[in-house]
Amino acid sequence: MYKYDAIDRQLINERVDQFRDQVRRWKAGELSDDEFRPLRLQNGLYIQRHAPMFRIAVPYAMLSSAQLRRLGEVASKYDRGYGHFTTRHNLQLNWPKIEDVPEILAELAEVEMHAIQTSGNCLRNITTDQFAGVAADEVIDPRPLAEILRQWTTFHPEFAFLPRKFKIAISGTQEDRAVTWFHDIGLQLHVQNGETGFRVIVGGGLGRTPIRGQVVREFLPWQHILTYCEAILRVYNRQGRRDNAYKARIKILVQALGVEAFAQLVEDEWAHGKDGPATITQAEFDRVAAHFTAPAYSAESVSNAALEAQLTANKAFSQWVARSTHPHKVPGYTAVTLSLKKPGIAPGDITSEQMATVADLADQYSFGELRISHEQNIILADVKLTDLHALWQKAKAAGLATPNTGLLTGIICCPGGDFCDLANAKSIPIAKAIQARFDDLDYLFDIGEIDLNISGCMNACGHHHVGHIGVLGVDKNDSEFYQVTLGGRQGNDAKLGKVIGPSFAADEMPDVVDKIIKVYIESRHADERFLDTFDRIGIDPFKNRVYEGRAHGKAKAAQKEAA
Amino acid sequence: MAQLIKLGAAATDSWQTLEIAEGETPETVALPTGDVIFPLAVWQARKAEIISCHKRIGLLLQPDERVEDVAADLDYFIVIAVNFPKFVDGRGYSTASLLRQRYHYQGELRAVGDVLHDQLFFYQRVGFDSYALKDGKNLVHAIEAGFKPFSDAYQTSTTQPQPHFRRRA
Repeated sequence: MYKYDAIDRQLINERVDQFRDQVRRWKAGELSDDEFRPLRLQNGLYIQRHAPMFRIAVPYAMLSSAQLRRLGEVASKYDRGYGHFTTRHNLQLNWPKIEDVPEILAELAEVEMHAIQTSGNCLRNITTDQFAGVAADEVIDPRPLAEILRQWTTFHPEFAFLPRKFKIAISGTQEDRAVTWFHDIGLQLHVQNGETGFRVIVGGGLGRTPIRGQVVREFLPWQHILTYCEAILRVYNRQGRRDNAYKARIKILVQALGVEAFAQLVEDEWAHGKDGPATITQAEFDRVAAHFTAPAYSAESVSNAALEAQLTANKAFSQWVARSTHPHKVPGYTAVTLSLKKPGIAPGDITSEQMATVADLADQYSFGELRISHEQNIILADVKLTDLHALWQKAKAAGLATPNTGLLTGIICCPGGDFCDLANAKSIPIAKAIQARFDDLDYLFDIGEIDLNISGCMNACGHHHVGHIGVLGVDKNDSEFYQVTLGGRQGNDAKLGKVIGPSFAADEMPDVVDKIIKVYIESRHADERFLDTFDRIGIDPFKNRVYEGRAHGKAKAAQKEAA
Repeated sequence: MAQLIKLGAAATDSWQTLEIAEGETPETVALPTGDVIFPLAVWQARKAEIISCHKRIGLLLQPDERVEDVAADLDYFIVIAVNFPKFVDGRGYSTASLLRQRYHYQGELRAVGDVLHDQLFFYQRVGFDSYALKDGKNLVHAIEAGFKPFSDAYQTSTTQPQPHFRRRA
């Protein structure tokens, strides 16, 4: 993975000093709360319901074991001994003291980590596919260009105060696992006539106004990505709305202008910067790419006989392997997902002890590196098939081997109303109640692949719009209710789920999910996944079952009137 | 009164900014003598008159005013002031970048309005060379620390046209 050189190290150390001085001036009253707010946000620091929340960047998902160990140490020294992985490659601490944050930043800087631009109306952390570099379906490794983009976004002088936050995702595989259709800029690497370049998608986003992005350029040679992004950002910085925070994202500008007109503005702007000094050189690409070379894979011929025997002998192991491994481009290796979705634990949460354990596992089984997925799990990307059984036993002992990745209880979930100031409703208790209802592993496997995503408000940190089943917390007359969507999905055919109908109270949610699942089980053809059945039969059978016997529409109004 | 920073030091400001009071219009407002920074609308309405009676002319640009609309006139201006009504409104950074990089404006470029210590580094990089620091803020500390929180930068900018990757030894 990328190792800092002199300038990288110098800049993050200077960032620590800068923030230390900003906190000092704020405490001394030299900076007002309003003046300090954007500064602390651009260092990942929110003031939340109970305490500050501090968001640490994990650029394009990669961590070394030393970095994870340090995160664990920081979480136990300055917080309550755990952290929360988000859907955008960050680790959040929920209870640090503001006064401690400069120290935390200093300790993170020692292991080449930071919280730069993890919040605020600026260029945010670049995200990508958790299997980058090892996926069997990879066309181009996105990480060198993601690192080059990370450097470009860092302290960009022209784009530090944008109309609203700005998120870039980059993917280099056949199947998109980076949600590129729903980012401010989504970049899909592909090869055209032997040349590598990007499909550039702009104006996607979830949140209050979910919109699928649109292609502004089908092919952009990779050398031009910085100048082209400069052009997009300059158009947005100048023309994006600043009168209404809810209409300030670039998706609203693209919608208002139309994608053709927007693309033309970008092309006109780009004409000035194209081929300028910010054009990426082959030397720079090679320098950065050299950090992402393949590790020393073992070349010994692998016999799968032992693994086959273990799989046959042990059902629990074989269930875990079925859910937790991902095809690897190198024979004899696999990418392993360690689930942070153990029932009863807030999805994405990890204790300091678990971080230390995972760091050890990474050292022992995966060349000392690991990844974070937007599904809020941890990936050991380079595990030998022959090590799987030993790894499973250790992961299981640490509570990290729940075999539910991609299944109903492998829920994506934001921190919700328990922690977050923005939330309309709690989300973690809903996840826990659903996990408790579906605790029969055989049944979960029978239900098969299904994404259940929960957000506590329309800001959509839990990506509910793209869940096969999406749950959104809403506020109705100061009570917490939950709106359900069906049929959303990520990937190449990414689309938004459809709202099934009126919202539900918290205690109804396990029943609602149960009914939805029952409709699927009863209606499915052999080998049909939930989504396939949904696409074939449509939303009505689900709707009818879920609202069966419930008054709604006119009947409900009449009932209310009578009461 | 804001506190002017120029060439890395506190400076006295010889310029006054023309303000259009209620009931006045760009067409009718009286033009003061001396070093005056004119709002864009006044410049556009009274260009010939301003040129005939002022040797030293300043221009004020608001965040939504387009550099393109004044690009042909840049040689007239000794100073262009770019207003930041709130420091979180970042449009002026693009205004400055365009003035310097695309239209090669060589005169004084001044950040005015809600100008604070922690944005000075960015202002300088996009091409500002004078700064009307908000009244009541610590001028000495701003001059001493505000311009160099970072010793280098990755990206191209007005003050550093080469990205860091082209400057590697």
